[in-house]
Parts: sequence; C-alpha cells; structure tokens
Amino acid sequence: MSQKKTDRREFLKRSAAVAGAVGLGAAKPALGQDHEHTPVAPEPGAFIRGSDEMTAYGSRSRFVDSVRIPHGGRESPDAFGLDFHIATPLQDSVGEITPSSLHYMGTTRGSFVPDIDPDEHRLMIHGMVDNPIVFSMEDLKRMPSVTRKHFIECAGNRSRSSHTTVQETHGMTSNAEWTGVLLSTVLKEAGVHADADWVVAEGVEEVKGASSIPMAKAMDDCLLCYGMNGEPVRPQQGFPLRLLAPGFEGIFNVKWLRRIKVVDEYYMTYNDFGHLSRDPVNAALGYQIGPKSVITYPSGGQQLPGAGFYEIGGLAWSGGGRVSRVEISTDGGRSWTDADIRGTAEPMAHTRFSFEWDWDGSECELQSRCIDEIGQIQPSRQQALDFWSTDGERATFVKGQDNSIQPWRVASDGGVHNAIS
Amino acid sequence: MGAFTMRLARPSIYKRGTVLKALRTALLVPILVAGVVSVQAQSPTYGVGRTPTDNEIRLWDIAIGPKGEELPVGNGSVDMGSELYLSKGCAGCHGTLGNGGIAPRLIKRDAGPNADPWDYGRVLPIRSPYATTVWDFINRAMPLGAEGTLTADEVYSLTAYLFFLNDVVEDGTELNEITLPQIQMPNRTNWEQVPDWLPGQPRLEGYPY
Repeated sequence: MSQKKTDRREFLKRSAAVAGAVGLGAAKPALGQDHEHTPVAPEPGAFIRGSDEMTAYGSRSRFVDSVRIPHGGRESPDAFGLDFHIATPLQDSVGEITPSSLHYMGTTRGSFVPDIDPDEHRLMIHGMVDNPIVFSMEDLKRMPSVTRKHFIECAGNRSRSSHTTVQETHGMTSNAEWTGVLLSTVLKEAGVHADADWVVAEGVEEVKGASSIPMAKAMDDCLLCYGMNGEPVRPQQGFPLRLLAPGFEGIFNVKWLRRIKVVDEYYMTYNDFGHLSRDPVNAALGYQIGPKSVITYPSGGQQLPGAGFYEIGGLAWSGGGRVSRVEISTDGGRSWTDADIRGTAEPMAHTRFSFEWDWDGSECELQSRCIDEIGQIQPSRQQALDFWSTDGERATFVKGQDNSIQPWRVASDGGVHNAIS
Repeated sequence: MGAFTMRLARPSIYKRGTVLKALRTALLVPILVAGVVSVQAQSPTYGVGRTPTDNEIRLWDIAIGPKGEELPVGNGSVDMGSELYLSKGCAGCHGTLGNGGIAPRLIKRDAGPNADPWDYGRVLPIRSPYATTVWDFINRAMPLGAEGTLTADEVYSLTAYLFFLNDVVEDGTELNEITLPQIQMPNRTNWEQVPDWLPGQPRLEGYPY
C-alpha cells in the first residue's frame, strides 16, 4: 500500500500538469500530446438557448451520447413492438446511481410498456390475510415510507466471449435510489395468517408477470416503490408502482404492480417456471444474486492513451448484503490488492470502488473480486466452471446466475479487450 | 446420455444439498414461527385504503395455484382446442403442430421410448409440474396482443389440446375446474423446490469453493 502511495507521489510530481486531463471517458489524447489551449469563451452563439422545455425538464449536453442497447440477441422493441432486454452503458457510469433514463430494463416474455394513469391504479393485498386491502397511489403515499439504494440485476447478466464491452457483459444491472412503503408494513396492516409462507406479486401489463416470493423475504426488506431517483418511477421501471425484492434476481422485482396475494405454497407461475430445475444446487442458485463486481474503467472497447497513471474504477454488489471488500489484480489473478471503497457500502446496492494504477505500458490483465459482509467471495470463472464440472464432463457454462470474475486484457497498444475465453 | 452420466457423477453435491436443506429447515422453523407470531399480534395500525369487494377479488384473482382453487367454472375439450388453436392464430407463431416458430415450441421433442420428461426440452405443457401453470399462462398472456380475450371454456380447451399434443391426456378428453388440477404431469414431483430463504444466508453454502 505505502509503496503504491509513494509511486503515486513520484508520478504526480512528474506529470502534475497533465494528470487532470486524464479521467473518465474513452478516447483522450495521449499524455503530452494535448495541444495548448487558450482560455476563451465559447464562440458567439455557442450556448444552449433557453426554452420552455429546458426550463421545465432539463436534458444532458448534446456532447454526451451514452445510450442503452438491446441485450440478449433480441431487438427491443422487436418486430411486435415489445421491449425485452435493454442494457445500461456501465462503461460511462460515475458514482453509484444509474440515471433513471439509462436504467436497464427487462420484461417477462417481452412486453409493451403499459401507459398507466396513476389515479386509476390500485394495489390489492388479499389471500390469507385478516383484512384484504385496496390501496390507491394516494393511499400508499400516506403510509410510512423509506428511501433506500438498491441494485437490480437480470439473471441473464453474463459475460460471453463474443461480448466486447462492459455494457454487453454486465449491462443488465443498475442501481437506483428507491422510495416507497415496506411490503411488511402493508402485510402487517392486512394481518397475515400464521400458515401463509409465500406471496404472489403480479403486474398489470398484458403478460401480467407474476412471481412467488418467500414470506421471509416479503417480511424482511421488500419495497413497494413509487419513487426512483427523486421522481416517480419511470414507465419502463413499473410506473406507477413496482416491487423491489432487494438482492433477488430481476424477475422477482415485479413492475406495474397491482396485486399481492398471500398464499401457503409455491405457486409455480410462468415466471417461477423459468427457474424450474431438478438439481437442488441449480435451484438454490436461481434466487439470490451472488457477490459480483466489474471494472468499468478501463473496460472492453476502451483505449488507453499510453503508459502512466490511471484510476481503475468499477462497481461491486451482492444479493447477500453489503460489499465489505473489493480486491484488484493487475496480473491476471495471480496477486490481489484491496481497492478503495468509495462512499458507504449499503446492503444490496452497487458500491463504487477505485484503485490507483500506474501502467507500465506492457500487456496485462485486470480483474476485480467482491467479498460481501457474509463472507461470500466472487469466484473466478475457472472456479465456477470447476464447481459445475464432473469427472466425465468439463463444464463450459456457469449454471444459475453467473457472478464470476470479469477479466479485461490491456494490450500494449492500450486497447482493452474481453479476456473471457 | 450426457444428462444421465451427469446425474450419476454428482452424488456428493446432491448429498450436500440435502444436508444443507435439513439444516436450513431446522434453523428456519423457530425464526419463522417467531416472525409469524409477531405478525399475528398486529392489528390494522393506519387504517388507510379500503376493503375490496368480493367481485373485485374474483376479477383480479387470476394466479392459479397448484390446487386450482382460483380456476373459474368452465369446460373445454381437445376437439374444441384443436379448432381454437387455428382460429385464434396460435399456429401462426407456435407452428401448425406446436413445433415452434417465432414463439416457443409447445410440443415435446422426440426423446425416444421411456424418455426422461426432462429430455423433452423446455416446453411448458410437458415440463411444467402442474397443469394449472399452463392454464394460467394461456389465460393471462395469450394470444399476443389480445390477452384476456379468451373465455374460460376456450382456455380449458386450448389447455386440453396442448396436453393431448404432448400425450399427457388422451384424445377426446374434456377438462374443467375440478379435473384440470388433478392431471398428473410427468414432472409433478420430478423437480427441486427452491430452498428456504433467510436474511443474511449465503446463496448456496460452499459455492463454488
């Protein structure tokens, strides 16, 4: 650690003038190649003219072009106009919050995004309860609320060798600040029967996606969310109301939520059928997201301008609780050093990490490894494949949700490539 | 053959899973009981919202559990289903005989005589452990773009036809709210329940090390 700090001081002395020019983003001029700038005002007329739209609801600079992309080999919208899977541009992310407009999206089967008038929307709590209740949105906003940061991740968020960027390998996860009512609050209000041990949560979209959730989870930290990043939940995220099941695979986080039914058995909904397995190990891994992390800078498809100082940055998360540590390897997993945790790690939330790195310009492989507060360690791809291999058969696919380590190869020309084989 | 080899080769994992499951159950029972007692002791605190009418509950209560309690009264047949499969446009996306197209396959793959039901592929009307899941999904999500337009009788008929295509029921079978949940699907018990969940528990003890 101290060696690293000393190197950094030396480095800063040498290149104080240009260090500020190297930051986030892909293509920056190589060190020492930036040309002299005279501080001048923008050209006459080169300003963003005020408009009613800009006054009412701001937008980003026209020079910022970070966008989401369809994911999983199917267009969104597809030929029917259905949205299926859309991935967030993690390579451009800063901090921990995903902007609402860039939050990843997934739907059951593919879905039209319902256009719901919140005044007409209702949530029904019924089934094995003493007092079934119907809430309007106005009713829900009268109830005691909480605001928490949580990630959501699609079970299909896995890196493949054909992927080039972190958006393709890991873009089916995002992190937002969610505001709403704890599901336990309304379940207690309804009075859950002693022998009820599941809830079925159901949406209002045309597929009416529904998932079975264990009562222990429903009573622990599930949230009925009407707020996202300081404003109403976006339509693609379930406006006006969505369920959050923190740390559970994406499909449990039912959007456009209209109903919670309290029941006494696993309902085997169509969503649940997607998890069906006869292998107890595989079944167990289709639920809670494992400890996971990925370096977002430098990441696949980016170009380093040359040897020198870089802040490696990335995101870590776990469905098991808080991220307690993140380690970095710059030598392909042979040696590991603690990264800095930025801000405060929160339960089931993306946590940003950083690592000061002086690149000597030779080819290397960058990896990050997440360790969570209950001691779970993110496995290497090799370790995960070993687990699924048998004496007779070498596994080539990590079953369940794949949380294995993402390697990025930095070539000597500064190009960054997916090193999954 | 590959799947068979794999099953034989992994007894240790199965054993470990079973032990863990027993352990988890032992841990879970007292905690859940404590949790339920405290829930039961709660009476409405806030009084916000209103009580739904019986009619509202009936109309919204469309998730069909394995016992089939939510099934509406109705009746359908394989014959009617085969006609509806064409007239409602199912064949256009799922193939004339359910062999798939731009929408998923609905008829089992040929896996030879005495095949393991898991070798038929991920085909809902043969892999699902419960007939209710099939009825439920047709009812809630089909046909694409006209969801919710099928009558209960039509859903019983289409379900019966898909089960006939997959040799789950015989030709001429009629289904209603009583007989449908009684169908013994080949995978009725041939699947593994997701483990009990507790806050702060590992995803899977010992995974992957």
